[in-house]
Amino acid sequence: MSTTAPKRASNLFVGSPIERLEDLRFLTGRGQYVDDLAVENMLHAAILRSSVAHGRILSIDSSAARARRGVHAVITAADIGTVPTIPLRHDPTPAIRRFEQPVIADGKVRYVGEPIAVVIAESAALAEDALEAIAVDIEALRVVADREFARKDDIILFETVGTNVPDTITAVRGKADDAAFNSAPYRRREHFSVQRHAAVPMEPRGLLAEWDDANARITVRGACKVPFTNRRALAQMMNLPEASVRMVEYDVGGGFGARGEFYPEDFLIPFAARLLGRPVKWTEDRRENLTALNHARDMECDLEIACARDGALIALRAHACTDIGAYVRTNGATAARNIAQVLAGPYRIPHVRVDVSLVITNKTPVGTYRGPGRFESDFCRERLFDMAAADLGVDRVEFRRRNLIREADMPYPLPKVQVLDIESECDSGDYQITLDRCLAEFKWAERAKLNGKLIDGRHHGIAVGCYLEGGGTGPRENVRLAVEADGSISLFVGSSSVGQGVETVFAQIAADALEVPMERINRVLHGSTDYVAQGFGSFSSRSIVMGGNAIGDAAQKLRTLIREAAAKRLQCQASDIVIDRGMAVGPAPARAAIALKEFAGLCADGTFASAKRTYSYGAHAAYVAVDAKTGHVELIDYVAVEDVGRIVNPLTLHGQCIGAVVQGLGGAFLEHFIYDENGQLLTGSFADYLMPTASDFPQIRAVALEDKPSPLNPMGAKGAGEGGIIPVGGVVANAVAAALGSLGVEPRDLPLSPPRLWQMIQAARATCAAR
Amino acid sequence: MKLPPFDYACPTSVSEVVALLAAHDGEAKPLAGGQSLVPMLAFRVALPSLLVDLRKVAELRHIKITNEGIALGAMVRWREILDDARLRTAHPLLIAAVAHVAHYQIRNRGTVGGSMAHADPAAELPGIAVTCEAKIAVTGKAGARVIAAADFFQGPLTTALQSDEIITEIRLPLWPAKRRFGFQEFARRRGDFAMAAAALFYDEDGGKARNAHIGAIGVADRPLRLKAAEDAINGTSIDEAVIAKAEAAASASVDPADDIHASGAYRKALIGVMVERALRDAAGLKTT
Ligand SMILES: Cc1cc2nc3c(=O)[nH]c(=O)nc-3n(C[C@H](O)[C@H](O)[C@H](O)COP(=O)(O)OP(=O)(O)OC[C@H]3O[C@@H](n4cnc5c(N)ncnc54)[C@H](O)[C@@H]3O)c2cc1C
Repeated sequence: MSTTAPKRASNLFVGSPIERLEDLRFLTGRGQYVDDLAVENMLHAAILRSSVAHGRILSIDSSAARARRGVHAVITAADIGTVPTIPLRHDPTPAIRRFEQPVIADGKVRYVGEPIAVVIAESAALAEDALEAIAVDIEALRVVADREFARKDDIILFETVGTNVPDTITAVRGKADDAAFNSAPYRRREHFSVQRHAAVPMEPRGLLAEWDDANARITVRGACKVPFTNRRALAQMMNLPEASVRMVEYDVGGGFGARGEFYPEDFLIPFAARLLGRPVKWTEDRRENLTALNHARDMECDLEIACARDGALIALRAHACTDIGAYVRTNGATAARNIAQVLAGPYRIPHVRVDVSLVITNKTPVGTYRGPGRFESDFCRERLFDMAAADLGVDRVEFRRRNLIREADMPYPLPKVQVLDIESECDSGDYQITLDRCLAEFKWAERAKLNGKLIDGRHHGIAVGCYLEGGGTGPRENVRLAVEADGSISLFVGSSSVGQGVETVFAQIAADALEVPMERINRVLHGSTDYVAQGFGSFSSRSIVMGGNAIGDAAQKLRTLIREAAAKRLQCQASDIVIDRGMAVGPAPARAAIALKEFAGLCADGTFASAKRTYSYGAHAAYVAVDAKTGHVELIDYVAVEDVGRIVNPLTLHGQCIGAVVQGLGGAFLEHFIYDENGQLLTGSFADYLMPTASDFPQIRAVALEDKPSPLNPMGAKGAGEGGIIPVGGVVANAVAAALGSLGVEPRDLPLSPPRLWQMIQAARATCAAR
Repeated sequence: MKLPPFDYACPTSVSEVVALLAAHDGEAKPLAGGQSLVPMLAFRVALPSLLVDLRKVAELRHIKITNEGIALGAMVRWREILDDARLRTAHPLLIAAVAHVAHYQIRNRGTVGGSMAHADPAAELPGIAVTCEAKIAVTGKAGARVIAAADFFQGPLTTALQSDEIITEIRLPLWPAKRRFGFQEFARRRGDFAMAAAALFYDEDGGKARNAHIGAIGVADRPLRLKAAEDAINGTSIDEAVIAKAEAAASASVDPADDIHASGAYRKALIGVMVERALRDAAGLKTT
């Protein structure tokens, strides 16, 4: 804001619970998703995917398929020539890059679901019919179905590389060596695992590619998340200048980290459109979605902590291993990197060393899923903390309170990620406040009386855990604000929408920054590569931090332009002009007002750059009842408290948090990609891959605070999209452990499925009886 | 997941349906609510050349309650059963079981005939049919016949139906007003197929249970009667000791296989717990 203009007493829109602008469109059936699109001459694609997890392709005979009615082409690696691989977008160590995925199986298949051929036909059904007519001869190779076998390197997935372990990522703070552990009064070491599961957006992916032969340009509809990055990748692969690739975003039914990354189809469909000179559309169906979209989590961790008798933490060290599937995709190393960086969580632990190795197996490749690496880390760490607190006779809440990073410690450095040379630090916060608030909302003291009790045949238990959420990832975001002929403002931004409500919150921010009514922000145009010269997209809880602050910058510039123009008209100083309710108002006594439409055509570009990440934080508490005879866990109450620095819209934030908690509960109790020893996915449909639904976990409460703004950006904003999911696994597992304390049941593996819990209870009873 | 190619017919009488099925020699399939068949088409595990839609066959839509019992036309939908106030007293066990079938949307379309013909070992209605000794009326090109529920189910998705036969009616014997019953099911999420479920009833004679029928769902390749558990309660007045015996007998009489969702050992224990809880409901005894 200009220093000379009088500052408004309060923000009108930022901080208000404004209903989402998007919702009217969705609720009246006017949302437009990529599958809704149809253009003249359009053809449809279907993809033949490998049914073999590991094998050498001996031959592909597509002549019968090509001869079928309505089939226009069958594309295989041979038709593409030199098959490009998909570049890493994040954390590209040279070692990891050797495992990039080719856009189509090239000589070998390495997971069930890998694209082998693309059929282009008059309709999607005809294309799918023709898949059966393609004869593929594959010599099956021995399958690498799990981490343990992969690490032996008996069977190598990439012969030329010679190992199944692409890299090990290490993060260090202090010196967590044997000396630190040997001299500690108390130490405990445990092994944990988190199962393979994934972001499963409600809307599967879709693409519509159109080749403009006259201008040698390709338009790809259905882009999201990182359209500018994908434009660069596609331009390179198709040998086109970046300016000849146009990415267009439509409404998106959920991303959660997985949707919008560059996948094989993001090349194959545009390639087919150029090859045939006709628009080609592909809509992913749910069956292929569950083997084609990035999987996630799938880690195991050997974790050890050392502390004083009063629970003060001295050191933490761990060896973790993530099964990243058959290739390293765009962000396939990110979860591993995060595990290394955040396994120590929001706690003051002087000595930390975490080594995370990435392992290749014959499964669907992984990528980021909301809270990547963080959900897994928190499960392991918070579980071990409860075990340690019990050993030491220290109250679980006290244990955390004693060790939380204090406000006076800020900025507090996270362990340094060595290979990638990543340093980051907690920017601001008072972690005790969110913990206390969580305990108060939860009525911890009252409920503690029920902990471990058997009531009406069920074991009751409670738990609380703390977490950090990294967000606001740079490097930059760009925005343009323009005054339209009718005096409304258009906002163009490089951020993307994946359904999280960016149109609403950006309009709030812009309205406040320009001091105009919100209706004046008539269009928020995001995601497509047309709108700004360079955008960075929506990932890592960055849209408000980066896009929002860029809006502030653009608004300030636009206000200056408007004031200068108004000053010229009113023959006064620009500093005398006030912008108020959509008018430029001159100095007293005349106070002549000029409507904004008089300034049509003015526009300003804004940017916000930051190399530092924000860290929001919070605490969650859960109350469960466990039916020991069935292994069923009822979630009786769940409270999530977070501090996000600056709340732009309490309604959309609340939705983010509740949705994230439910996803976390899905990961804690239900969702599991189970593979057999042949690399076949056994839970490949919604009949077997169990998603949480609206009625499964009705008892979730969320409270958001803005006590401690981030010092890193003018708004004080921090990321807020992922916090809700991060601590869930650890908190509910601790609540279950607390409920079953009398039996000594200690969950170390997710998910907490009824059969698994029942089995643990049986085993615990048998041990008790044997004693 | 686009459907494979097939022809479609929508006749209005059972005889036309049978004629169409017979003419296609095992390649045609009746289509009822489509809630099981359409997903199978989408996954291309069913590839019929002709679908014979039953939705216009009016003679399959009745719910009849007579002195002999209840007759459900094959095209009666789950929703219609739950909405029929008469059935709440005429067959409360049926109502209790159907309340666990799938979700609202699916219950609006799924039919009793489709469920019986589909013969999922974890489905509720086949379990009720076996427990209650239902009779299944079918019609084929050779005419009509009636099959006992115990003989009807032969394995997962396998029944005694011939390819030219359709189910026309499911007949449940008369339900005495004073009969005691219980239905307990355990599923991962509400509306999911059962991991295990128990359906049971007994009549009382001078304070003692008799005519006990105990059915188990989801623990074998088809719904089962648990004779040993029935024996454990017949002639007794239900108390904690009897319940414990029935639980143990139920568990001991099944030998479920391991699958991706649960070990056989878990399901074996679970069916005992379901019988125990259903028996408590029937006898009005609280959980201890
Ligand atoms: C998400 C989901 C959850 C479900 N959960 C449950 C559950 O918890 N419990 C449960 O019991 N069911 C469940 N179902 C299945 C549902 O109840 C189905 O409706 C039922 O199994 C089949 O009935 P339908 O009318 O849809 O049959 P359709 O799908 O139309 O047909 C099924 C089969 O029966 C044959 N058929 C249909 N009618 C006749 C007839 N009159 N004579 C001979 N053959 C016939 C068809 O040819 C086909 O082979 C679920 C389904 C879904 C999609």
